[in-house]
Amino acid sequence: MSRGLRLIPIVLLLFLLSGLAWRLIKPADTAVPSQMVERQVPPFALPAALPGKPGLNAADLASGKPHLLNIFASWCIPCASEGKVLQELQRRGVTVDGIAIRDTPDALTAFLARNGDPYQRIGSDRQSDVQIALGSSGVPETFVVDAHGVIRRQYIGALNASNIPGVLRELEEIR
Amino acid sequence: MIAETGLAALWLAAGLAAYQFVLMVLALRSDIAVTRPMRGVAVIQGVLTLLAFGMLLLVFARSDMSVALVFENSNSAKPFIYKVAGAWGNHEGSMLMWVTILAIAGAFVALFSRRTGERTLTAALGSQAVLALGFYAFLLVASNPFARLFPAPPDGQGLNPLLQDPGLAFHPPTLYLGYVGLSVAFSFAVGALLTGEVDSRLARAMRPWVLGAWILLTLGITAGSYWAYYELGWGGYWFWDPVENASLMPWLAATALLHSINVLAARGALKAWTMMLAVIAFSMSMVGTFLVRSGILTSVHAFAIDPQRGTFLLVLLAIYVGAAFVLFAVRGASLKEGTPFELVSRESGLVVNNLLLSVVLGIVFLGTLYPLFIEALSGEKLSVGAPYFNALAGPLALLLAIMVGIGPLLRWRRERRPVFGQLKIPALIGVSALVMTILAAPAMHILPRLGFGVAAYLIAASILPLVGRNPLRAPLATWGMVVSHFGIAVALSGMAANAAFSSERLAIAKPGEILTVGPWQVQLESVTPTAGKNWTANEAELRASRGQGAFTLKPETRYYSDPPTETNESAIRTFWNGQLYTVVGKEDASGAWQLRLWWKPFVTLIWAGGALIAIGGALALLGRLLPLLRRRRFPEWRRRYA
Amino acid sequence: MNRNSSSPKNPASSKYRIWVPAFAGLTILLGSPALADSNLPPAYWANRQLPNASQEAQAQALMEQLRCLVCQGQSIADSDAELAGDMRDLVRRRIAAGEKPSAIRSWLIQRYGTWISYRPTDEPAAWPLWLAPLALLLAGAWLIRGRIKLKGSR
Repeated sequence: MSRGLRLIPIVLLLFLLSGLAWRLIKPADTAVPSQMVERQVPPFALPAALPGKPGLNAADLASGKPHLLNIFASWCIPCASEGKVLQELQRRGVTVDGIAIRDTPDALTAFLARNGDPYQRIGSDRQSDVQIALGSSGVPETFVVDAHGVIRRQYIGALNASNIPGVLRELEEIR
Repeated sequence: MIAETGLAALWLAAGLAAYQFVLMVLALRSDIAVTRPMRGVAVIQGVLTLLAFGMLLLVFARSDMSVALVFENSNSAKPFIYKVAGAWGNHEGSMLMWVTILAIAGAFVALFSRRTGERTLTAALGSQAVLALGFYAFLLVASNPFARLFPAPPDGQGLNPLLQDPGLAFHPPTLYLGYVGLSVAFSFAVGALLTGEVDSRLARAMRPWVLGAWILLTLGITAGSYWAYYELGWGGYWFWDPVENASLMPWLAATALLHSINVLAARGALKAWTMMLAVIAFSMSMVGTFLVRSGILTSVHAFAIDPQRGTFLLVLLAIYVGAAFVLFAVRGASLKEGTPFELVSRESGLVVNNLLLSVVLGIVFLGTLYPLFIEALSGEKLSVGAPYFNALAGPLALLLAIMVGIGPLLRWRRERRPVFGQLKIPALIGVSALVMTILAAPAMHILPRLGFGVAAYLIAASILPLVGRNPLRAPLATWGMVVSHFGIAVALSGMAANAAFSSERLAIAKPGEILTVGPWQVQLESVTPTAGKNWTANEAELRASRGQGAFTLKPETRYYSDPPTETNESAIRTFWNGQLYTVVGKEDASGAWQLRLWWKPFVTLIWAGGALIAIGGALALLGRLLPLLRRRRFPEWRRRYA
Repeated sequence: MNRNSSSPKNPASSKYRIWVPAFAGLTILLGSPALADSNLPPAYWANRQLPNASQEAQAQALMEQLRCLVCQGQSIADSDAELAGDMRDLVRRRIAAGEKPSAIRSWLIQRYGTWISYRPTDEPAAWPLWLAPLALLLAGAWLIRGRIKLKGSR
């Protein structure tokens, strides 16, 4: 067996070790991001999740000004902490729309009473259909949608106060 | 006191391992005869480590809560057997088990190796000691199993009922014995590369060790597959999950090694390949243990994940495998390969066999790690799962199975008889089986169809080595080969039957409803709440019959409170021609229950085949070892087998 | 960033950091933790088979190729997660409506990327995977070329 051939295992080992070391240093991010970013919101029409608040459809998101689209649910524990942040954003003039995943009006009402209600509209997605169509893989997530209905950015997980300046800046940029 | 004894024994053992390394260097650089002391020290090291492990078992058996590990993983209310099994059901304990097996294997090599050259044996024992040294360092520095807890708490945290299962208790030891058993082959290879004595004598010395490790790996994988099948309620037996692949890869390498060793033993050929395979087999064990403990790959089977532990294992992997590969590159020049083999000969058959096994190993390795490498290089996330592996490994396995029928019939050096004449009948049987599947089940997918054909052919072909001679006079090793190869055919038919004829019935049923699955009528009679010691459950009563003779099955969904978990306890009934597998799920608003039913014809053949493969290996091992025992008393055996 | 997920089986997810010390050892998760689930029952076709056997077979084959977003170590066919159930419902509905499995798979890949397909696609990034067997066979054959005497050589 020639010298060159006998060196191949060492070379392969070095590749293997670098790959494994890289993964140890930079652990995997288990979030699965949506591929719908920079694409048009897919057409959908969701009924109202609560009496007294309109439902949500794709056309509402292409209304001429940017929107925050918040995917949430009353049974989602981290979503509770988001309420204050979204309310703050709403106070600063951001339009927040919501899609409630697998939720009931009663539970939703109680949730909003507890955590604040920043939503202009809430659509009821009882079977995750629209959630899947948007490429969202869990709750909570927030999408930044521009004036023409194009998704510009996805936040996975609950928003917290430190996200506020970033969100506001983005909404300014896409205005 | 017990824990401190264990810790002290471990330190001493580590010291002796270091001493063995020094002895090895002495032996290689000068001509000092160190074999006697080396053997002695290896045995003492093994005894000390066994003592340490025994101390750990003792503190677990006594539920000594002043030992941190016992507190974290045990509880005085556990049944005794699980208290003891809890010793290795955690990271530190299983690492101690790993190093114990390493040390004991070294001790056995020291005690029983009579056929290896002295220098090579010394080098092999030294190598084994160096392997152990890294793990001693890991344990003593970063994962002390004997760490104390002050003050000792009244009782332990570890009452997780999911870990109190016989399958889960015995799965690790069997697999570890297999993984770590391959270290002996690695050490022999390293030793022989250091001394340059790579020859058939080495192969004969290594063979029992490789066989032993391979048998245990086969059993471990087969048992693991069956346990996952009945315990997880999904009806499947292999998912190509990274942790499953981590156990398959050493097995594939060990199978190739086993066959390559036979060529080296019989012809003194394939030196470089055999040494490389011996190194690769244990390297795969190390890669496997790294993958499983570091948490870098997503898996349902994930262990307690800790990237820090992963780093240590990665460093050990780099040192051991890197050193072995460098040694191979440097010393490989001295491994002169002989004349090429005749095209139709057993050697060639084995070379092709090893080629195919290596390709399968390469595919499994690539598929498991590819997502990681692609993400490192391009940031893209893609997935590689069962559809990929099944599509690629399946056809290759069939090709291998065909070779398995031919190889054993070939003679060494050159096959002059018309061997393919002998294979006419098996080939005919295979083709008939294929035709029967076309006639009886035209809609079958191509892979299971071919699986049936090849399995039928192999069932006939594997017996051929015993035909035409007195089977009772045939050596045990031949019987072992026949049984193992027959086992492959059996497992293959089980897999084909499962893929082709499994029927599933998924439904939401109210009590009183009857569902059909395969030939069975299954009626949901009732679902009643039940409770056990630390769980509550919804137990469904199902009445099943296919004509006459009804019986009851009681699958459950169990809810444990500490920690809150939910499990499916499937109810399975086994018949000669298949298994009825039932799972009950949740209730819906209208009082109907989710039911999942399978009728799996001949699925048990899969694990029966696996068991046969292991049994064949055991017969072959016995066949190799018995003469050694008799040789002490009968000189003519010594003449024949020495 | 925390996120909630219904009955995940992957202990590596951040949701599980609190459970890992409690398990403290061999945490082979055989069961799904009874965490917060939604308020609604599973979708209609999540746990029911399509009446047409060949459509159901197509649906089953597709479901075994799709990776569960929540559990991540299982296909949606095996996963207990609610989102997996909703996806099974989506797959069955569409197949019943006549859509081809490959179209449904492409649609999902458009949403989640190739990650969601357990069967690697035909994108360039996956070519090495599909070419591997042939490449390995050829490489292996080349490596052993000196070992076997072919008729008429040398």
